Amino acid sequence: KLFLIVIVDSLVHWADLEPVPQDDGPNPVVKIAYSEKFSDVYDYFRALLKKDERSDRAFALTAEAIELNAANYTVWHYRRVLLQALQKDLREEMRYITDIIEEQPKNYQVWHHRRMVVEWLNDPSEELEFIADILSQDAKNYHAWQHRQWVIQEYKLWDNELEFVEKLLEEDVRNNSVWNQRHFVISHTTGYSSPAILDREVQYCLNQIRKAPHNESAWNYLKGILQDRGMSSHPGLLEQVLELKETHCSPYLLAFLVDCYEDALENNNQKETLNRALEVCEYLAQEKDTIRKEYWLFLQRSLESRFGPSAASGEPLADGTEPPAGQQELS
Amino acid sequence: PVVPSGLLLCCRPAAVKPRAAMQHYRFLLILLPCVCLPRPTLLREQHYQYLKKGLRHLSDSYECLDASRPWLCYWILHSLELLEEPIPAAVASDVCQFLARCQSPTGGFAGGPGQHAHLAPTYAAVNALCIIGTEEAYNVIDREKLLDFLWSVKQPDGSFVMHVGGEVDVRSAYCAASVASLTNILTPKLFEDTPSWILRCQNWEGGLGGVPGLEAHGGYTFCGTAALVILGKEHMLDLKALLRWVVSRQMRFEGGFQGRCNKLVDGCYSFWQAGLLPLLHRAFFKEGESQLSRQRWMFEQQALQEYILLCCQNPAGGLLDKPGKSRDFYHTCYCLSGLSIAQHFGNVDLHHELILGKEENRLAPTHPVYNICPEKVAQALQHFHQLPVPEADQRHGASSWVGPATGFRVQMFNGG
Repeated sequence: KLFLIVIVDSLVHWADLEPVPQDDGPNPVVKIAYSEKFSDVYDYFRALLKKDERSDRAFALTAEAIELNAANYTVWHYRRVLLQALQKDLREEMRYITDIIEEQPKNYQVWHHRRMVVEWLNDPSEELEFIADILSQDAKNYHAWQHRQWVIQEYKLWDNELEFVEKLLEEDVRNNSVWNQRHFVISHTTGYSSPAILDREVQYCLNQIRKAPHNESAWNYLKGILQDRGMSSHPGLLEQVLELKETHCSPYLLAFLVDCYEDALENNNQKETLNRALEVCEYLAQEKDTIRKEYWLFLQRSLESRFGPSAASGEPLADGTEPPAGQQELS
Repeated sequence: PVVPSGLLLCCRPAAVKPRAAMQHYRFLLILLPCVCLPRPTLLREQHYQYLKKGLRHLSDSYECLDASRPWLCYWILHSLELLEEPIPAAVASDVCQFLARCQSPTGGFAGGPGQHAHLAPTYAAVNALCIIGTEEAYNVIDREKLLDFLWSVKQPDGSFVMHVGGEVDVRSAYCAASVASLTNILTPKLFEDTPSWILRCQNWEGGLGGVPGLEAHGGYTFCGTAALVILGKEHMLDLKALLRWVVSRQMRFEGGFQGRCNKLVDGCYSFWQAGLLPLLHRAFFKEGESQLSRQRWMFEQQALQEYILLCCQNPAGGLLDKPGKSRDFYHTCYCLSGLSIAQHFGNVDLHHELILGKEENRLAPTHPVYNICPEKVAQALQHFHQLPVPEADQRHGASSWVGPATGFRVQMFNGG
């Protein structure tokens, strides 16, 4: 019965239109074995596109084409042209795009389309809740976070976002996307300049670290918020970290120590500080973070070169490296 | 010490502490049904058959890539060139003719015949044509129209949309810079403000997000960094922060790379992430950094090769994200590209190889900016730099060209 319906439908609604087969040429490459339905829909789509037909049947066909391949950005563009030309109900389009995104949340085109409709309606009122729902299914969906940041920034919806961030961090303190959102919200609202805010954030990090010592995100955030001001600018922090080293050690803690020492050296080059830094690099390279051995040894040589006694001795340092002379090889 | 690279890596390194090695192997033992770990083998013949077939025919499961067919050409051709499998002249010519059908009359390449131009398939098409590297291939590209297309997607803030009426993210800058530089249509004006826009994508983590404000991500970090290298502006990045971020993305147990902090390993990041190390090495070198190694990139090359060879190969051919996932041409391309990066240190003048397993596992080197073989990059640059840079008429979207010797402008379209 469905077969007959489809045939009759074609005859009644599409009879005047000559489908346009795809022009792959005589010796196609990367030729896809399209299903009959796929070929039919796209043959008619090509016919409509060729005519630049602006009709309801064209609009209906774009939905079919999208269902078969939601990544076809040419179809999406055409659908937008039709939405405007036919003065379609954008609220209904919002319902449509909501369903499509729920089905295919990792597609670029669907999110871009939603953004266009929101812009045309100038109505972001559904967005935060919708995105929250998508994130409840995949808390790290990159497109979802991108759309969320756009909505918040464009329509100045900052007020409740830090609360949202805190809730998600309670659910999963290792979700790096949420830590990024935290940074996004704070840097665009209060900023990190005020000592009160900075201190609050540092304490927040340290608390999360105590609860989950091997959470790289928390350590990266701690470094991220301090690096421009200087890691040593926060008094007592180095001591707190050295304390944590006894019970909550991790490669991330040790890396943070290196960064503290490096920052200290930049302000006040002391032999003892350098030695500690070199020691931690060695410990990381040989024991605690061996996958990054090449990097830690490079950093070690770099610190030695920048802060150590002059490297004018001309001795090779390690692994086939030498002081500056004759480096034309790596052009 | 001069040790044949095959021998050096054929037995489990005694230098690695037992506990770390055990944890490394524990991961592999869990994921692999067989326990034959030493001397991993690249399944060349199986990959070759998979690629050879795909270049002609794809099942209906590829309907979802019907708007990305130049990508399929590039992924397959690049995989074949890494495997040093020759492309028969007839096939090469067929690819040229197909890509010519994907070229838009208004410039740039589309995902398929009759579709609109888009920077991603444009990047893929130009790369595929450069891999083929024949006169026929180069001649497919309409350079004047390509320049018009790039102008048509350029934004006032320095960014590019991926296609007319499309989205902005840092991939577009890379695609634009790649094709413009290879085909010699690059002008300073075209990329005015692009470096400063890309720089805004570097965040508190040290890596780059897709647009300013977003989480640092391997794919976008590669695109932003490679674009800046092409534009000669890589020094504007916080290179130290970027280096720390990317080396931290190598997984201590799996050996492969994750795309973002606290996410899972994926074979494709073998290129997007590991490919950053050659770029950074060069950037540091240009800055006068004296402590760079002369033999190794700053990531664990052996561990990455192990991950790819032991965990990312489909026995029937093709490569994949991680065990349990299905093969596809995207992962085949980027796993092999990452394997090549991990095997080859240096450049033409200084070259140090580190081949895990048999010498037969060796792949051709790949260029870390364009991800096609370095000879093909050089050949394309040589060809296109003999041609004059088209002069784009931005107002009308048409272009003219300046004659080589005479200096007289030959006006092809109206526009002053």
